[in-house]
Amino acid sequence: MTIFSPRSLTEALQVLNEHPAARLLAGGTDTMVEINFRHFEPSDIISLRHVQELQVFETLSTGYRLGAAIPYKQFENGSFSHVSGALSEASRTVGSPQIRATGTIGGNLGTCSPAGDTLPVLSALDAQIELSSINGIRMLSIHDFMLGVKRNARVSNEIITAIHIPKINGFQGYAKVGVRNAMVISIASACLIHNMDKSHIALALGAVGPTIIRCRTAEKWLTQNADLSTSTALTTEVIEEFGRLAASEALPITDHRSTAEYRKHAVGVLAQRLLKRAMK
Amino acid sequence: MSTSSEIYSLRVNGTDQHVKDAWIGESLLYVLRERLGFMGSKGACEQGECGSCTVLINNDAVCSCLVMAASAIDTDIITVEGLAPSESPNDIQQAFVAEGAVQCGFCTPGLIVAVHHLLETNSSPSEIEVKEALSGNICRCTGYGRIFSAVQLVISQREKSIS
Repeated sequence: MTIFSPRSLTEALQVLNEHPAARLLAGGTDTMVEINFRHFEPSDIISLRHVQELQVFETLSTGYRLGAAIPYKQFENGSFSHVSGALSEASRTVGSPQIRATGTIGGNLGTCSPAGDTLPVLSALDAQIELSSINGIRMLSIHDFMLGVKRNARVSNEIITAIHIPKINGFQGYAKVGVRNAMVISIASACLIHNMDKSHIALALGAVGPTIIRCRTAEKWLTQNADLSTSTALTTEVIEEFGRLAASEALPITDHRSTAEYRKHAVGVLAQRLLKRAMK
Repeated sequence: MSTSSEIYSLRVNGTDQHVKDAWIGESLLYVLRERLGFMGSKGACEQGECGSCTVLINNDAVCSCLVMAASAIDTDIITVEGLAPSESPNDIQQAFVAEGAVQCGFCTPGLIVAVHHLLETNSSPSEIEVKEALSGNICRCTGYGRIFSAVQLVISQREKSIS
């Protein structure tokens, strides 16, 4: 076993191309648990700690380009907390301050757990994932990137280099159910993004399916039954129907954290709660 | 730059330490304790849940069990031993003793590092900010009340010493 500590993206991509079976190590908060508990024995490791390009944040004309190795804490209340209210809220619910200081948004995508806290946000924002290899860059929609439980579309010689998200005019929020506030993997989560310029509300659900679920039916129904060009209070009937449709789109399972029945109920409540916060 | 099982160096409490004969996948916690003899950081959960292994890396409080030691080359690592000279506790450590915030003591080193980090970044945190900053450090003895009292004691002592 060898650990590589490349000092530039070019060097990292070359090393990865030569060692495609290597595990990419960003914050380490997922990989080290696997190693500590002997669930995973790495062959080679490529540490991304010293690759400065992955820490770069850029403001673009339509939005932001977030370097994949930027830790959660920078989105929670650090330098980049302004880019997305929902990303900020989601980041604040990840693990503990210690985890948020090291764990990265790119790592959340790399692991691609259905309970990954930032993933419903990236889904609701229709984020674009930037994947780099020695052959160049390809952009992939978040919806095509996430394939299933801990499966994504990254191929072995690629590094997730950045996440592109749009600037949104309107409410954005993230809500999560867990056994306590800190240090908890979500039982169910939801992100709602109100794009007033496009008269659209996007809703994405976490931890209630093999990967993040976008509630296309609930979204379409809401577009047809409410004026989404402004933030104005909706009737109880509209809010409840939105929650009911959202819950019906969830595909939860029963596991050691919760039951399928509870999860389905919880995402319906979260959807209603977020919609009320958005429209008032 | 690559490292296999050969020697690599870590900068711990300002001094370069050579790590010898280590498996490359070892956590920083394991290397600190078992290879370098820094026994202050404690290992309990080894999955980032308990915070008893908290150290500073480049001034961030992190769980050393979740850091691959060999990836921490060229960083500044500060352990609880680096916060105050042996036999000469700092004001945070003294406040923990004064307020009875130590019972079994296993979580204490991690808490000391976490409190140190909090007060370095925010010298007058609110009650909720203290609670959130310490939410990654689990204590099964005290019920946290005396720990929060100790933090308040440090804050008020430092404010007095400034004014």
